[in-house]
Amino acid sequence: MADFNAMTEALIACDEDKVVQLVNAALTENVPAFDILNKGLIAGMDIVGEKMESGDMFIPEVLMAAQAMGSCVKILKPLLKEGESASSGTVLIGTVKGDLHDIGKNLVAMMMESAGMTVHNIGVDIPPEEFVKRIQETNAQIVCLSALLTTTMPMMKKTIDAIKESGLRDKVKIMVGGAPVTQAFSDEIGADGFAPDAGSASKLAKSLLN
Amino acid sequence: MFEVIGERINTSRKAVQAAVADRDADYIIDDVKKQQDAGAHFIDVNAGARIGHEFEDMRWLINTIQPIATVPLCLDSPDPAVLEMAFQIVAKTPMINSISLEKERFDAMIPFLNGKDCKVIALCMDDSGMPSSSDDIVKRAVKLVEELNKINIKTENIYIDPLVQPISTDSKKGVMVLDAVRAIKAQFSDVHISGGLSNISYGLPQRKIINRTFVALMMAAGMDSAIIDPLDQKIMATIKTADMLLGNDNFCGRYLKGVRAGVIES
Repeated sequence: MADFNAMTEALIACDEDKVVQLVNAALTENVPAFDILNKGLIAGMDIVGEKMESGDMFIPEVLMAAQAMGSCVKILKPLLKEGESASSGTVLIGTVKGDLHDIGKNLVAMMMESAGMTVHNIGVDIPPEEFVKRIQETNAQIVCLSALLTTTMPMMKKTIDAIKESGLRDKVKIMVGGAPVTQAFSDEIGADGFAPDAGSASKLAKSLLN
Repeated sequence: MFEVIGERINTSRKAVQAAVADRDADYIIDDVKKQQDAGAHFIDVNAGARIGHEFEDMRWLINTIQPIATVPLCLDSPDPAVLEMAFQIVAKTPMINSISLEKERFDAMIPFLNGKDCKVIALCMDDSGMPSSSDDIVKRAVKLVEELNKINIKTENIYIDPLVQPISTDSKKGVMVLDAVRAIKAQFSDVHISGGLSNISYGLPQRKIINRTFVALMMAAGMDSAIIDPLDQKIMATIKTADMLLGNDNFCGRYLKGVRAGVIES
């Protein structure tokens, strides 16, 4: 019987060797890769996200946990059966045009990946029309817009407007984030949600997917 | 002597934004006086947060601050039109915050700075984003100094901001910027090193102890100015003490004065 709890705990403890060892042990006991991924690892990263949100875990620890998760996913992915997807949804994320900040955005991308979503991280300084093009290419269900500057916040609205004009607005949920962004601003520009940190962003994306 | 640029008059701070929206001059005057009393050498003024109101907000802020300002202002805007207006109404030679190597910003700022008598903060940012190595920071700093020298801004009036990045996402981000500061100062002894420091502690708990320790390390590397909150008594005490230890306080005068005033405690 696989010890999913032990995997979860090892992830929270940022102990990469231990979690890899537990995953390999479970595989030798013929535990399905899909179960290990969902019941052990993604469940663990959900707790990591919550602990980040509540201020009980910090960015370097979250990075270590995500790295441990990544090593396990590499082992598990080739073992998934046909029809079993490692992905619980598709996310497109980028920093809006005129803004070159990427640290926060990359943390959000990493947390969402660790939560089992397929994340297309398209970089910084992304013009509205590029977001539209990439939504079409990736069939993203969620679009995340990042801005760290008060001077580039208006570009978030322009990006949402471009998505509306392209006729794709009903096909995607739009999330916004970045230091100066607030829930009020998110409402004002017609986004579907705002999150103040990477842990809650990942949680919000999951709830928007359901 | 280390120069403190007081960061508090910024409309992205809630209380300042409310005071600006309500044209509450008393609040602004009181805050600026407190920063000056605490030892600020420049007062940064940023009116960028109320989108669409920057020009009027900046004019009102400067007209409000000017009569009680005993130190020069640091005009903080990416918009040359706002800076031009502000430049015309300040009494003392201001500092301009900021130019960078991002093409749009650079091309807008060079004509504005050309021929002006001012100090300028120059960010090591270009169109590819944040610098990714020590060498990258140094290259950008060299380019900024060369370009500003071309329009007759003296090296001693340039304040290079090496762009401090969070150590939480990469354990080497502290040494990366420290190495860069040493290299820039080796090449241009007259240039100033300034900028914000608090990015270093982003994503970690107990941020202020990180910021205080880091400012002392940065000062040892050659930083001689920073954009900080002068009302943070502990970081001000660290700065004064480090400045003394680096040989910039004759007969330990300012340190002792700080101790007697009760603002430096062990």
